Amino acid sequence: MQLTVWTYEGPPHIGAMRVATGMTGLHYVLHAPQGDTYADLLFTMIERRSARPPVTYTTFQARDLGGDTAELFKSAAKEAYDRFQPQAMIVGASCTAELIQDDPGGLAAALALPIPVVPLELPAYQKKENWGAAETFYRLVRALSGTKRERPARTRPLCNLLGPTALGFRHRDDVKEITQLLGRLGVDINVVAPMGSSPQDLTRLGDADFNVVLYPEVANTAAQYLEKAHGQPFTKVIPIGVNATRDFIAEVAKMSGVDATALLAEESSRLPWYSRSVDSTYLTGKRVFVFGDASHAIAAARIAQTELGFKVVGLGTYSRKLAREVREAAKLYGVEALIADDYLDVEAKVAELQVELVLGTQMERHIAKRLGVPCAVISAPVHVQDFPARYSPQMGFEGANVIFDTWVHPLMMGLEEHLLAMFRDDVEFHDGAAPSHLGGKAQKSQDKPAEAIAPEPVAAMAPVDAAPAAAGAPIVFQWDDKAEKELKKIPFFVRGKARRNTERFASERGVATITIETLYDAKAHFSR
Amino acid sequence: MNALTPLSPGAVTPVSGCSTTPVVQERGQREVFCGLTGIVWLHRKIQDAFFLVVGSRTCAHLVQSAAGVMIFAEPRFATAILDERDLAGIADIDDELDRVVGRLLERRPEIKLLFLVGSCPSEVIKIDLKRAAQRQSRIHSPRARVLSYSGSGIETTFTQGEDACLASLVPVLPDEPANAPHSLLVVGSLADVVEDQFARLFDELGIAPCTFLPMRRATDFPPVGPNTSYVLAQPFLGDTSRALEERGAKRIAAPFPLGAEGTTLWLRAIADAFGVSPELFEKVTAPGRARAMQALSHSKGMLAGKRMFMFPDSQLEVPLARFLSRELDVEMIEVGTPYLHREHMAPELALLPEGLRIVEGQHVDNQLDRCRAARPDLTLCGLGLANPLEAEGMSTKWSIELIFTPIQGYEQAGDLAELFARPLNRRTRLEV
Repeated sequence: MQLTVWTYEGPPHIGAMRVATGMTGLHYVLHAPQGDTYADLLFTMIERRSARPPVTYTTFQARDLGGDTAELFKSAAKEAYDRFQPQAMIVGASCTAELIQDDPGGLAAALALPIPVVPLELPAYQKKENWGAAETFYRLVRALSGTKRERPARTRPLCNLLGPTALGFRHRDDVKEITQLLGRLGVDINVVAPMGSSPQDLTRLGDADFNVVLYPEVANTAAQYLEKAHGQPFTKVIPIGVNATRDFIAEVAKMSGVDATALLAEESSRLPWYSRSVDSTYLTGKRVFVFGDASHAIAAARIAQTELGFKVVGLGTYSRKLAREVREAAKLYGVEALIADDYLDVEAKVAELQVELVLGTQMERHIAKRLGVPCAVISAPVHVQDFPARYSPQMGFEGANVIFDTWVHPLMMGLEEHLLAMFRDDVEFHDGAAPSHLGGKAQKSQDKPAEAIAPEPVAAMAPVDAAPAAAGAPIVFQWDDKAEKELKKIPFFVRGKARRNTERFASERGVATITIETLYDAKAHFSR
Repeated sequence: MNALTPLSPGAVTPVSGCSTTPVVQERGQREVFCGLTGIVWLHRKIQDAFFLVVGSRTCAHLVQSAAGVMIFAEPRFATAILDERDLAGIADIDDELDRVVGRLLERRPEIKLLFLVGSCPSEVIKIDLKRAAQRQSRIHSPRARVLSYSGSGIETTFTQGEDACLASLVPVLPDEPANAPHSLLVVGSLADVVEDQFARLFDELGIAPCTFLPMRRATDFPPVGPNTSYVLAQPFLGDTSRALEERGAKRIAAPFPLGAEGTTLWLRAIADAFGVSPELFEKVTAPGRARAMQALSHSKGMLAGKRMFMFPDSQLEVPLARFLSRELDVEMIEVGTPYLHREHMAPELALLPEGLRIVEGQHVDNQLDRCRAARPDLTLCGLGLANPLEAEGMSTKWSIELIFTPIQGYEQAGDLAELFARPLNRRTRLEV
């Protein structure tokens, strides 16, 4: 048993639904109890999809358990075929149906439907959503992609884009951005899958010269299969960030034999100049915590450190499958990767690291809100806000522009920060004043601990430290009067940090009373 | 106004309307939530209670997805996710719960009442949560009481989760003293503001003592016994009702307090049970009733004569159909309900227009076919269906909002009507 407040990933059949819902002409018959249809609203509400997911649920109840649930599955599958006339079907069980062991694959085979029926084995008590999506996509590709074929010599190379699904974080816009980028490079797209393809399209996958893997969490298993079965190499670089996009262009050029010189010579993103412009000076060395799925987290850390000049003080992922890659990346920043799917562990880490910006998922947005730290969302799990009406990719050069805006916006703006420092005694620039663009609440939470999920003893002076991680009784520090007055002279928006750092410095050295000397010793110690 | 039943006692339950209309039974895919969803409003209602689902990752994902769409605040619910060791019996359930419940109560010192909530997987592998709850209660007494109920989809549909939760509370309610006065217990989650309004009305009617279940504080258990009369404020409380009757309490039969008429009939049934004079009843209820009528008139223009189709969801459908057809002149095409409690719904059925099509159960695809063929002006449905129907050009009202919004009583009658009028109103505004 694992105590779970929020979960980063749903069960594996949700991954299968993301594949099916992204596709056309595919129907999913899911053996599941009443209530599992809640999953439909993820797609219709969060993603605002205008059609129901192509899923038929058996929705069995207790009274059915005494009878014939297998027969119920067969009639549901037959009815779904008759009604929706799909090109292919996937069949499987959700967590409860797995326990009653009805074998949806065998039952569907017995129906002898005139279409391919792909059985899915998605162990709900071991695996999770992304694994379910990857496994489903792999099973479909394996069943439908056929055998290796002769590929004609082409003037423009042909590739598949693999990985986008329904309910994916910015998948809709990433596909558009990368399609345009590849077009400028002289590479054509054969099939985009799973999202945007039909089972018939999957039979054409083998026509392409190589595969572009946009989301390894979903597409790696299928790409590895296609490499073996169809001799198609696949890309490894995820084009999120300016430099990663350039690396991606180089990788594609090498794989396909096109000349990327002209494209690489163009400067296609505003991020490099925006980062170098003086207004961005204030971004320098801001302490950033990065958490998300592995590919987005790794990409975000690279951008944060090398393209915006932040300091990555924490990096982690909930994708255990790609933990090794995240650990490797963490080494680049001299930090230890946090591999965790327990929201409470992540919360403790963010609090402990005293960060100035959180780049995370909607879960970290909760954490950041509580700790009064700015936050930008970089990865699934998603929320209705992560499906903006406007074009806002994460990938490619336009993606880098979007990222610059999205990450910098929650921070105090450069000039504003300087003005607040200059006019800090002005009545309008009191300690409680929030950045003008944040609607007047952000700074407040620094002073007063918000209703915490773990209302453990909280030292009023150091709310950020009052995390579940805090072990033992909180230490109340003695500040002498002069030190306390000196502290007040420090601009309020860094005062909390100065106080925490000084206290940490004092506690590490066993200093009982904090004096002006302790304050400046600590400042020297922590100065960047 | 003819929508208001005249104030004669005999008018409460005329045997007519749909009392004898056959109810269509339908089976197939049910597009409804399971009872776990009730946690989303129950944890807000009982402010020092915590709900721990013993289930799968699907359960955790369901509750968080349902909550994520509806609320965005710190939860007093969590899931103990079962893994393979639990399924294989390698891990001892008692040991596992000792650890999880211990950690939880340590983190949340303010929690006084913990519900262990059963799920489909915990039911299928037959985890005895009742026994487990007794054990945890012994361990954590007197600091916290631990109870259990099932919100599994194989046993409960959506609002039945509240029924199961409240039914689990009934056996632990204290006995009323031997010579207790005749008391009123109002059963079913109401928004605090609605509860306070009703409490004021009961006070003015001289009905006391009066208590509510669920209670706002986990330690304020209302007493119950043979001198207790209870009235249902929600239409989905069959098990709770049965449990209360086992404790000797007597049910006051009434329509549900939706709309001006519904509220009046509900209050009058209570007043009659407590011997309140018609003069006092009239004096106390007239101002609220007048305000309700006035507020209803604002939406009537938008709704009168409109044709409506209801998908099954919360069991509120039949009372809502009564309210909409009688007080707002809406024409009901089909009223779906996941379950029809014949006895509790009798006063409602009697008031429905004769020959109305009532469907119990669901076959969602067939029902969608009927809905599309009927082209209603407004469709009441769940969140999984609303956007797809809107995309087909049909106006919808999401049914779940009716559970989270204060809709009962005189002061909310206008709000309730407005909930239905708003989608139609919106359509008249948009030019894109």
